[in-house]
Order: sequence, then C-alpha cells, then structure tokens
Amino acid sequence: MANTTHADHAHDHHDHKPHGLKRWLFATNHKDIGTMYLVFACLMFFLGGSMALVIRAELFQPGLQFVDPQFFNSMTTVHALLMLFGAVMPAWTGLANWMIPLQIGAPDMALPRLNNFSFWILPFAFMLLLLSFFVPGGGPASGWTMYPPLVLQMGDGFPLMIFAVHLMGASSILGAINVIVTVMNMRAPGMGLLNMPLFCWTWLITAYLLIAVMPVLAGAVTMLLTDHFFGTSFFNAAGGGDPVMFQHIFWFFGHPEVYILILPAFGIVSEIIPTFARKPLFGYETMVYASASIAFLSFIVWAHHMFTVGMPLAGQLFFMLSTMLIAVPTGVKVFNWCATMWKGSLTFETPMLFSIAFLFLFTIGGFSGLMLAIVPADFQYHDTYFVVAHFHYVLVPGAVFAIMAGVYYWLPKWTGHMYDEKLGKLHFWLSIIGVNLLFFPQHFLGLAGMPRRIPDYATQFADWNMVSSIGAFIFGFSQLLFVAVVWKAVRGGVTAPQRPWEGAHGLEWELPTPVPYHSWDQPPPPSVIAQGVTH
Amino acid sequence: MISTVRKTLPAALAFAAVALAGAPQADAAWNLLNMPEGVTELSKTIYSLHMAVFWWCVAIGVAVFGVMIYALVKFRKSAGAVADTSITHSTRVEIIWTVIPVLILVVMAVPAARGLIKIEDMRNTEMTIKVTGYQWRWQYEYLDEGISFFSVLDREHDKIRQIGSGLDPNSVPNYLLNVDKPLVVPVDTKIRVLLTAQDVIHAWWVPDFGMKKDAVPGYINELWFKVDADKPGTYRGQCAELCGRDHGFMPIVVEVLSKQDYQDWVARQKAAAEPATSDAEEPAQAAAAVAPQPVASAAVTTAANRG
Repeated sequence: MANTTHADHAHDHHDHKPHGLKRWLFATNHKDIGTMYLVFACLMFFLGGSMALVIRAELFQPGLQFVDPQFFNSMTTVHALLMLFGAVMPAWTGLANWMIPLQIGAPDMALPRLNNFSFWILPFAFMLLLLSFFVPGGGPASGWTMYPPLVLQMGDGFPLMIFAVHLMGASSILGAINVIVTVMNMRAPGMGLLNMPLFCWTWLITAYLLIAVMPVLAGAVTMLLTDHFFGTSFFNAAGGGDPVMFQHIFWFFGHPEVYILILPAFGIVSEIIPTFARKPLFGYETMVYASASIAFLSFIVWAHHMFTVGMPLAGQLFFMLSTMLIAVPTGVKVFNWCATMWKGSLTFETPMLFSIAFLFLFTIGGFSGLMLAIVPADFQYHDTYFVVAHFHYVLVPGAVFAIMAGVYYWLPKWTGHMYDEKLGKLHFWLSIIGVNLLFFPQHFLGLAGMPRRIPDYATQFADWNMVSSIGAFIFGFSQLLFVAVVWKAVRGGVTAPQRPWEGAHGLEWELPTPVPYHSWDQPPPPSVIAQGVTH
Repeated sequence: MISTVRKTLPAALAFAAVALAGAPQADAAWNLLNMPEGVTELSKTIYSLHMAVFWWCVAIGVAVFGVMIYALVKFRKSAGAVADTSITHSTRVEIIWTVIPVLILVVMAVPAARGLIKIEDMRNTEMTIKVTGYQWRWQYEYLDEGISFFSVLDREHDKIRQIGSGLDPNSVPNYLLNVDKPLVVPVDTKIRVLLTAQDVIHAWWVPDFGMKKDAVPGYINELWFKVDADKPGTYRGQCAELCGRDHGFMPIVVEVLSKQDYQDWVARQKAAAEPATSDAEEPAQAAAAVAPQPVASAAVTTAANRG
C-alpha cells in the first residue's frame, strides 16, 4: 500500500467492514470467522443435544417406546460425532480465532484465507453426515468409533460418513496450522512464548496434537473405505486382515483427540480463576509443562480404550501404568488451580461459577478415569454406563462448561455489553443440577451392570435411568437460556467498560470495548505488554 | 457461592455412598449402586481392587475438595478477603504434590498388576467351552463333551420388547436377561472360555464372574472362571460390545450346577443327541442340541426381530 494513502486508510480502518452475505462468505477477519465457528458450534450443540434427548427419552423407562433399535444406534453415533467434531472442536477454534490474535497482540490470524476455507468446509462436512439419514440403510449406527466389521454393514450412508470425517479432519488440520503459524510468527515484539496467556499455550499444544493425529484418523477411515468398495482386507479377518488393528489405529488418534477436547479448557480455566481470585495463576510455567506432559502421554496410552480386546499381559501392564501416570500432571493442574484461589479475593460471577464447577466435576471425571485405568477393574467397567458417566463428566462439565465460561468471560469484550448476570447465574444453576442428575446415576447403572449403547434394559435399571433422563431434559432445555443470555448481550444492555472484570489481565483487556473490527494493527507498545503480562 | 459448595458436596458424598450401599443385587433397584462382588475368585479380586481404588479416590477427593471448599468460603471478597498477589509459585510444594500422587499410584498399581497376572493365568483349566458370537445370539460348544447349541433371547421377552407391543416389561422376571437355553457349567471347576465371533465383534460378560472379553471374528480370545463351590445358581449378563441393531437383545444366562447335577445334565444332552432316543424330556432342546440345525430356528427369531 502506498504510504500516502496509508494514514487515511488507517483512519477509517476500524469500522470498515464488508456488508451482507459477502462479509460472512468471504470472511477473512478473525473475529467474523470466530463468530461463525461459535454460531456453528452452537447449532451443532443443539442438534447433537436433541439426539441425546431422543436417547434419554427412549431410556426413560424399560421397553421400546419411540424408536427402532437401529435408529437408536444412529442417535448415539451421530450425537457423538456432532458433539465432538461439530460442537466442541469448532467452539475451541472459534474461541482461538477470536482470542489468540487479541491475546498475543497480532492484527489477525496468520493465514486469513485458509481460515475462511477451514470454516466453510465444516457445514458441508456435516451436511454429508446428516444426508446419510436420508439414503437407504440410514445413518451411521456403529458408534462414533466406527469399528469394523460392524461399520462395514452400513448402507449407502457409509461413504457419506467417511467423506464427512475426512472433511472434518481437513478442517481441523487447517485450523491447527493457522494457530501454530499465528502463535509462532505473529506475537507482538516483547511477547515471549512464556509470556503468553495459558489459553494460547494450551491451544498451541492442541494444534500440534491435531496435526499429529488427524491424518491417522483419515488413514483409518480410508482403509475402511477401500475395504468396503475396493476389495482390500485391512480389517477383514477372512482376507488376512485384522479387525483389532483398526482399534489400535483409531485410538492412536482417539486418545490425543480426548486431550484436543480438554486442553483448551484447561487454558480457559487458567485465565478465569486468576481473574476472579484477583491473583496471578499459581505456577504458570508448571502449568505449561504439565499441559505438554499430558499431550505427550496421550500418545502412549491409547490401548486403555480396548483392554478387553485380548492383549498380551505385558501390553496390558504397560498401558495401565502409562495411563495412571496421566493422573500426575493432571493432579498438578488441579492443585495449582486450588493454590491460585488460596489467599485470593474471590467473587463469583457466571464465568467463575462455571470454572469452579469445572474444577469439581472434572476432578470427579478424573477419579473415574483413574478407576478405569486399573485393568482388572476395567474388565468390569468396560463398555458400561460407568464409562459413559466418566467421559461425560470430563466432556460436559469439563469441556462444555469451560467453553461457556469462556463465552461469558469475553462476551462483554466482544459485544460491548454486559450480559444479564441474573440470567447467567440461573443458567449456571440449572445446568449444574441438570448435569449431575443426568450423569451421576450413570455411575451406578454401569457398576450394577448396564452395558452402554442399548436401547432397552432390564427392569432393575429403571429407577436410575429415569433420574438420568429427567436430568437430561433439565440440562438440555436450560441451555436455551444460554442462547437467550448471549442474544440479549449482542442486542444491547449495560455498556461494558474496557476492563469489565476487576482482576482481568492480558492484552485483550488493553483494547477498547467492544473490541474494534481491526485490532492491534499496530503492535502493542512494550509498556502495554508489560501491563498485560502478569505472571 | 456457598451454594456452589452445597451443590457439589452432595455429589461427592453420593459417590462415597456407592460404597456404603454396596450390598450386591438387592431387589429394590434404588440401592443397585455398586459392582456385584460376584461368585468367583476373580470377581472378588476385581471387586476388592475396585473398592480399594474407590476409597483412594474418596480420600483424595475429601482432601482436595476440602481445600477447595475452604478456599471458596474463606477467601471470599465479600467476606473481606484481600488477595495476596505475592504467591505465584513454589517449587517445593509443587514437587510435593507431584511426588505424593506418584507414591499413591505405585500403591495402587502393585495389587492391580498382581490381580491381572492371576486373571491371565490360563494354566490348569479343567474344561473348555467355546463361545461364538453371532448377530444376535450366542453359540456354546462344549469341546470335551461334543455338546453344542445356540442361546437366544427368550421368545416371550422378544415379544414384549417390540416397539408398540403394549406389553409390560415388568410382567416377566429378568426382562431381557432370559434365554431359551442357558449355558450350563459345574461349580468349583476352572473353566476356560474360548471366544470368537462369526460376523462382527461381540463381548461376553457375566458381571458375577467378573470378566468380560471381546469375541472378535478371526481371533480366539480366552478367559477363565471358577464359581465358588457354595454358589450354584443362575447368573446373567449381556453382550457388551455394540454389534448392530439387536445388540441390546442378546443376553447371556449361565446355570451353575453342582458337579453331580452337571454330569447328569451332560448325560441327558448326550442321550438326547442320539437320534433313536425318544425319552428326552424336552424335544425342542434335543433338536437344538444337534449342532448346526438350530440356525434355522434362530433365523426365524432374527427375521422376527427385523420385522
């Protein structure tokens, strides 16, 4: 750009934005793309959530009332795919898009057109996936884990599901590349790696995990595809293949995937707790190293998802011990969050409430995870509702609560308005009552012997299933409040100050509220960085 | 915020209550909270490991949640707490809370490894049964006796579970956990189970025996169990690996007889298998005992399921 026009341009730069459909279709602004990711994630959250409600309605009492068992299996399968790939992961990418440039003092993501592409792949991926419900044979019903040979029995929806997974993977990889390039190259001068907020750190680690394992998933599903259509026998025992090999490959992707879902949550909680404790995060560097250790360990624990598949004793022992080791860095994180609150000055706004709930309930999920690591005990727990309770405790009051905490936390900065604190708190209390009613009894069901993924059950499981279903409906419908709160804040409300939270530190709070369309087009001066960096 | 505590504390306590109400298989379903202790040596080993780890978790939970709750109450701004911003890290305490969990894990891992070694010890088994999973029934073959039959969901239960059947699941005992022909085994005998599958992966699981293992096409997996001498009876389980539409409807029933009764049963099965014998008490079972033919009757059930 010519120097003469630069000043003029910069002058009206802040408010200039494209209008109409073009703004979104050709979006390259990280805030617009972040918003699209978040809106998309929210849509998928409700779609996946309504599938969960179909499941819980069917399980409300014994006997089949509403759906065919095959459709029930489709509901569990697609619920999982939508929630993991459609809701939680895009929500993280949305938050990364919004916050990473603001937090490291960059004007935008490093690769804005790639950013656009990686978002716009997603609607097509999920259209393909959902299209499979309308072709002969119906939607995927093999569980989200897609184990062969069962998955190969699918009808015409099979290639749709495979291509959908390919597209989701491609989108994630592109998003991850963008995060890595941005964090590595676009930090403002003076913003060292170890000055970054933890959200940037955990996302950076997550991005490496994504790049490492998404191609593995793509390889696994491609082998399924060729087994189905081109006569290969990767996983077909009759042709010399090995159905168990799929599980090894899948979980080599699948376990790091679990941390892809939870690591950014650690980052968000590590931002929110210090803010509302009015005290710096305890052991910042330890938190970084603990996150990196968890990421490393995630590559060597995969077979704990398949202890009952028949492994040599040495293999079982190795995966038991490596899995137990994860408790160490995770424990360190929990202790550090406690120490952050220690001798703080705590207030309990909605983001903090969600973060505290995260702390308690994620820890409960950690306990059941430790129990599941004990191989002999896992022979009983495996594939029961105990497992369902475990991973929902780490994913719902874990990842999902952290996403909501993050949205409440940054909403004033994004919209320029304070959200309705009363409604926010109501949303929190209904959520936490609902989520515990929903998932806690599932521990009992699993221990008492109820297998997962069944549409009907023996009558002795009726009572706790009913409680769980009631919890599901409370939790599900109270999420509409969340949309109401966000929508209200977008539309208007009390004007938010530049730093709406007394204890908030970080470069995003050094920007005006609402944050302008183009921010940090000049890197923040060292004094501002020093003020933003508190540890 | 105190109410945060009020909400989460009961959750933690309820977790603890699991253990207190651990009476196995009481009839009222509200107190079905814990893993059954089971009737085999392995199931008891597994149960005690489960309880040990559970109590460790309770202890750690009480300590950690205790600290959190204390902090949440004590360091409220509304109660006048002022933040001490000088606390940023402490290598000493961080080493302490890294090392202590490692020690606890070692304490947990040793008995777990010992239990696992016992589970994997397949020596000195006294008899072998081959179990094959099909969509959606089990086949049992007594390799030493030449007895073989299929086991499918009880017809009556199958009728009730059809969508819109209008029949009450509570009208039959053990809804969905009953079969036409149970597996029959003797007490106090180390039985080796060989597992495989014909179509997709299934998993054979009887909670009271403590063990579950996948039945994978192309693989032979094995597990063993030995039911306590004083615990003959009927034990029930289910397929535990998603295997398609009727995954929820392929139960497992094992009838454990005294050694003498088992020998009598074997004799009856063999007699029934003789084509000339007509004194078989249960003609249907006799037909079923003649190996592959029951595929026909099972196929009828399957077709009915599909419809």
